[in-house]
Amino acid sequence: MLVADKKEINVQDPHCVAPNLKQEGEHGAQLIKYLILGILFGIVFVKAEIISWFRIQEMFRLQSFHMYGVIGSAIITGIISIQLIKRLNIKSIHGEKINIPKKEFRKGQIIGGFIFGLGWAMTGACPGPLFAQIGSGFTVIVVTLLSAIAGTWVYGKFAKKLPN
Amino acid sequence: MNQVMDLITQPWPWYVAGPLIGLTVPALLILGNKTFGISSSLRHVCAACMPADIPFFKYNWKKEIWNLLFVLGVLIGGFIATNFLANPETIVISEATQNDLKALGVTDFTSLLPSDIFSWENLFTAKGLLFFVIGGFMVGFGTRYAGGCTSGHAIMGISSLQWPSLLATTFFMIGGFLMTHVLLEPLMKLVGF
Repeated sequence: MLVADKKEINVQDPHCVAPNLKQEGEHGAQLIKYLILGILFGIVFVKAEIISWFRIQEMFRLQSFHMYGVIGSAIITGIISIQLIKRLNIKSIHGEKINIPKKEFRKGQIIGGFIFGLGWAMTGACPGPLFAQIGSGFTVIVVTLLSAIAGTWVYGKFAKKLPN
Repeated sequence: MNQVMDLITQPWPWYVAGPLIGLTVPALLILGNKTFGISSSLRHVCAACMPADIPFFKYNWKKEIWNLLFVLGVLIGGFIATNFLANPETIVISEATQNDLKALGVTDFTSLLPSDIFSWENLFTAKGLLFFVIGGFMVGFGTRYAGGCTSGHAIMGISSLQWPSLLATTFFMIGGFLMTHVLLEPLMKLVGF
């Protein structure tokens, strides 16, 4: 278990959806695999045109099945994978038990989710595609990314004062 | 070999892309006990660059460098796909969507993003303020308030059968539908389309 006084993001942190549950630190070459995985992921984003503002508009206008097919089949693949990991008790390559933190209900999932939805339809991008759009040569999206970082910071600043 | 290259350069159908994206979930779990989530990277940037003594940003972000490397990879992947694996044809957009967007003042349907909106010329205009600054802010603020984005909630959260993630995803969609069908037209008129 992670020790709370180490000030690490831990399972109890309700804001964190992507905690690092690996117990030992990883350095240098060990981290390269995440870069490679990200590269593959970015290629899929562009090749399936998920980063396109038009595809997001088609989705919200219910004029194409493409994005529903992508997200739906990704979820089904994820469900099957996680069930296999749980039932076969598959360990990580470092031999650790795989842990999936439980998400607790918060009002932010409603209010924040709604605000993100508004921004998603406007920018045509969730955080992942923002990075892929910049890589694809739409360099002005750097401004959108910086603004998203600013939004994250402002949330952090006022997190305790917001309904949650 | 040419046939393989043709298959790669064509746009990938949903039934190829979706499962590949879904496989990121077990890949991260098995490679390093990591939970899939991209918006967290924005928090780590805040924690690394301007924590400003805010408790929300005071944690050991160095342990989360993997997440920053992952999103750097996404950026590089975007570069590779666009420069070496690009589709030679122009993007095919549903005719109904094209008609709806033409009515809003969009004229460029030749690339993944319309240059009418997403260009440097628009940066210091009302269009840029709306689409880059306000839009980006809502993405960053909203995802962190919600505790995740499409990857962390819609894919990772629902895949692990967590109802708060389904709830968050439902509100992503409600916000998106409201923006697209109600707010986008008056906002685009307001900024000069």
